[in-house]
Amino acid sequence: MKRIGAAIVAAASAVFVLGATFGTVKVNLPPDDVKFKPGPGRDVTNANCSTCHSAAYVYTQPPLTRAQWTAEVTKMRTAYKAPIADGDIPTIVDYLMTQNGKR
Amino acid sequence: MAFGRRDFLAGAASAGLSLALPREGLASGTVTLPMENGRRPLVAYPQKRPLILLTPRPPQLETPFSIFDEGVLTPNDAFYVRWHLSGIPTTVSGTAHRIRVHGKVKRPLNLSVADLRTQFKRFEIIAVNECSGNSRGLFSPRVPGGQWYNGAMGNARWTGVRLTDILAEAGLEDGVRQIRFSGLDKPALPATPPFIKALSVEDIIDNGDVLVAYEMNGAPLPLLNGYPVRLVVPGWYGTYWVKMLDNIEAIDTIDDNFWMSTAYRIPQTPGNTVKPTDTGYKTVPINKLTVRSFITNVKDGATLKPGRRTIRGIAFDGGSGIKAVQFSWDGGATWHPTTLGEDYGRYSFRRWQTTFTAVRGKRYELACRAIANSGEIQTAVPVWNPSGYLRNVIETYKVSVS
Repeated sequence: MKRIGAAIVAAASAVFVLGATFGTVKVNLPPDDVKFKPGPGRDVTNANCSTCHSAAYVYTQPPLTRAQWTAEVTKMRTAYKAPIADGDIPTIVDYLMTQNGKR
Repeated sequence: MAFGRRDFLAGAASAGLSLALPREGLASGTVTLPMENGRRPLVAYPQKRPLILLTPRPPQLETPFSIFDEGVLTPNDAFYVRWHLSGIPTTVSGTAHRIRVHGKVKRPLNLSVADLRTQFKRFEIIAVNECSGNSRGLFSPRVPGGQWYNGAMGNARWTGVRLTDILAEAGLEDGVRQIRFSGLDKPALPATPPFIKALSVEDIIDNGDVLVAYEMNGAPLPLLNGYPVRLVVPGWYGTYWVKMLDNIEAIDTIDDNFWMSTAYRIPQTPGNTVKPTDTGYKTVPINKLTVRSFITNVKDGATLKPGRRTIRGIAFDGGSGIKAVQFSWDGGATWHPTTLGEDYGRYSFRRWQTTFTAVRGKRYELACRAIANSGEIQTAVPVWNPSGYLRNVIETYKVSVS
């Protein structure tokens, strides 16, 4: 640990050089402009899904079957712990089928 | 434009792209990837040129494939981006950042970037980072997940400190089985599993080239690629290359968090492939890259000029290195040798080149296949698994000549 402790002191004299390349980086990420399109169930879908991710996650998928969309929504709850109420799942799946469903 | 670099650019948009300066955050065109729902905007994110936007939140950006024709290293501003969780810090201090090395170690450490740069041996390696789901959009039948074409990969020169040197400084206690890693990114919901990845100690020792990297192609990492430090696991899929690394923990168990025990698993079957109807097979965490090769200067569906044509591309594998790349113009009926380019090490893209005579009016099916030093070779039968991992089928491009 002595070696590491010394490193911090040594680094202090090099702060200017290090700061030049390893300073504070600040970025502004572009806003998420992909929105769920109008349709029955959009508000419920927005309320349950948009906290964590963009609607682009839906529209860039291949058209999925009802079983696949149901599995995706269920995964959001079981794996990622999204607090989706039981009663909202059919509404969301119905909406996703109108947006990008494979029948 | 037979050998054009426009790479699926929609006609009107591509003309604009070459003239207009990219404006950060604004779409500067669109591309249509060869898959259903494959239309994507090209957007310049911070520290990036316009890239193919898969999702804006969390950001996922794909490298336009034509970039891979321009050189063996992928420029930092063109390197693909993939985050799992939307809580990404947008302000990161390279001086305040610390990497905590703790758990079952004799001497816990709290390392700054300056410590890494001044107190440990500097080490450099050129290695491919490929997303586990690269090319998922080409799976048939399609599978849910990030719908990448072939550009969720890149090859860079990584500079940093060997993980084994850091672990030697910390001193692993007896009985340590895995080291686990996490970074500054956070889930939007507190209950969502934080992004944590683990490597077994024997894999880290076998692969002595695992780095804690603070430079990428000789410059600090772009924030979206993990500034100020990320794990570099040469020969292994990108999921292990933890970005904004701030946590290294030695454990005496096998990590069972979601991102190891449920996500990023491949079938433990021959060739890691299954049928869509298969169930009940065992799985293991995804690990080494499969061997792949690509033509980079011709795209599928291109029209070639008649005459002697140069065909070139890239190849890579999970760390044995590329032994040979073969080229076919008849869809794999016959194979012909190519000339390998300079060797930048066994984890790097290896460029290759050959020529063939394109006869006016004829159609060809151009294909390449790589043979790794390990003996692994690409085949014509695609791997299929429900997560869309490991694609390495021989890619075939249909072209005509006029």
